[in-house]
Amino acid sequence: MKNKEKRLMRGSEAIGEAAVRAGCACYFGYPITPQNELTEYMARRMMDTGRVFLQSESEIAAINMALGAASTGARVMTSSSSPGISLKQEGISFIAAMELPCVIVNIVRGGPGLGNIAPAQSDYFQATRGGGHGDYRTIVLAPASVQELYDLTRKSFELADEYRTPVLVLADGMLGQMMEPVVFNDKEILPEQLPDKPWTVKGAKDRPSRFIRSLLLDVDVEEEQNWRLYRKYQRIERREIRHEEYYMKGAELAIVAYGTAARIAKAAVKRCVEKNMRVGLIRPISLWPFPYEHIYKTAETVKHFMSFEMSTGQMVEDVQLGVKGRAEVLMYGRPGGVVPTPAELFRVISRAYNKIAREK
Amino acid sequence: MKDAATHYCQGCGHSVIHRLTAEVIEELGIADRAVGVPPAGCAVLAYFYFDVDMIEAPHGRACAVATGIKRANPESIVFSYQGDGDLAAIGTAEAVHSANRSENITVIFVNNAVYGMTGGQMAPTTLLGQRTTTSPAAAGREAHREGYPIKVSELLASLEGSTYIERCAVNSVRAIRRTKKAIREAFLTQMNGEGFSMVEILSPCPTNWKMSPVKSWKWIDEVMTPYFPLGVIKDSRKGSKKDAG
Amino acid sequence: MPCIVINKETCKGCYLCIEVCPKKSIAIGKELNSKGYHPAMPVENGECSGCESCMIVCPELSIEVYDEE
Repeated sequence: MKNKEKRLMRGSEAIGEAAVRAGCACYFGYPITPQNELTEYMARRMMDTGRVFLQSESEIAAINMALGAASTGARVMTSSSSPGISLKQEGISFIAAMELPCVIVNIVRGGPGLGNIAPAQSDYFQATRGGGHGDYRTIVLAPASVQELYDLTRKSFELADEYRTPVLVLADGMLGQMMEPVVFNDKEILPEQLPDKPWTVKGAKDRPSRFIRSLLLDVDVEEEQNWRLYRKYQRIERREIRHEEYYMKGAELAIVAYGTAARIAKAAVKRCVEKNMRVGLIRPISLWPFPYEHIYKTAETVKHFMSFEMSTGQMVEDVQLGVKGRAEVLMYGRPGGVVPTPAELFRVISRAYNKIAREK
Repeated sequence: MKDAATHYCQGCGHSVIHRLTAEVIEELGIADRAVGVPPAGCAVLAYFYFDVDMIEAPHGRACAVATGIKRANPESIVFSYQGDGDLAAIGTAEAVHSANRSENITVIFVNNAVYGMTGGQMAPTTLLGQRTTTSPAAAGREAHREGYPIKVSELLASLEGSTYIERCAVNSVRAIRRTKKAIREAFLTQMNGEGFSMVEILSPCPTNWKMSPVKSWKWIDEVMTPYFPLGVIKDSRKGSKKDAG
Repeated sequence: MPCIVINKETCKGCYLCIEVCPKKSIAIGKELNSKGYHPAMPVENGECSGCESCMIVCPELSIEVYDEE
């Protein structure tokens, strides 16, 4: 694959190719719909490139294999879908506590429980509120196109290494299946070209032995470790917020949506704008850290927000936190794997917009 | 090993097993390539005693973590050190599948028929009739209610992928010497790239068995060994005399 | 004649050494160490043969065996 080449790719393959080109040395995964295409793609590509692919006996085993491989300094990835991500939570907590880099991909499906295999956005809380036990955060990136699936997956490896932290790429079955052109705006890195990391456990040759752990029985030591992690997360919050917006100039109602919902919202909002409605769209790309500041600033002039999600409403709480009470926050959601149409959303937005206009 | 006083109880088998493992690693000249994965259990602090690189794993997952380490860095000599809860309860799947894939790792499996660190609860290897804090009936563990003790060595030996499995004990000078040899054979299996090796070691837990160290040694002979027979359970390495089954 | 030295502070009084000594040359000491154990100690005029059994079984590496006093 040459740079600047344009290639029509399926979403799941874009994720896989991004990992390979980022120098991912190890992939561990377990079959679960709707992300099997990614696991199978990695099986082929990792075999082609002589790297490590292992289908584990469970999602739990996969995250623990990733933990082990990450401790050797390798770039590693694991992927699953909602119930499987639930299984990985303990492992993710450990990875965050031990400050290991790791990329985890969640192709979200309808839930809770066994749910279904249709696309959803009901894992927002799980992704952004920690999911596992303890005071930690994972960086969460939400792509909304196949190009972004490529770019953000590539970015996630860099962020994981830079901050020594797990990074979650949150997508859904729809994004995973769709085919769009992708341009490789980057240079491929081979695993052996990645710089050595100074904290790895690969055998204590020519140096004192070291150990990586998270058990800190002394509460004072554990407290200090928690504050250290907290300061790291503060650094990430200052530097890694990502978002985009469309049609926000002069908007009176701001739709807030990410991922597939943002694609639907963009089409619906475009139609609003064509009908001279003052509606715009804010698209968070990093869900953690969430663009609270930007929402708050926007709420100076925009007094109505509507969170649009494929769930019963999870991101809406972050929008409420963001506006700090100086704007109204509405919610429209369809859970369970239902993918609303732009037309349906347009009708919902219109009703809300008209109500706002009447009450002015 | 590091120069540290251990936190293990009076007469505990861990101290001896740590020492034997460390001696083997040193004698084989692999200390600078060794990476160990301790359990959740009494030996969770093993990294204070072993002077090799180590990394913690969530309870039961050491075999998966070891797999990840070895696959990512095949030059390292990777061993997990697990108790009966870690390996045979919560970690059963990871143990079975690592063995099944013939991962080139070495498992040091310390079997004391009880959950030590958490205060003496029933373990998968608790014997029938043995009383523990979660099988407190006068009759102790009963098959119809709590199932049977698991013979982990035989279980893993039944898998095509496992290569070298031996069961030993540390309740006499002779047994300790034999255990050291077994650990050595297990590491040699890994060094020669011949697949999955495990040494199951029957170990005393005087505190939770509520016996003196000397009586614990006898209990291993009289009660444990008849159910968990000692010896090479499987050796399918090239040029070995003993075969599977 | 061979002899042993037992580290009084690291000994936890498990007495497995006493159990294995073929010459019955180790006994429970009368002193207490700082952890509250009565460490084992070599018997006066014992017949240590330098077999190292005690050293092998000691969980705490508390015993050293010497060829001569």
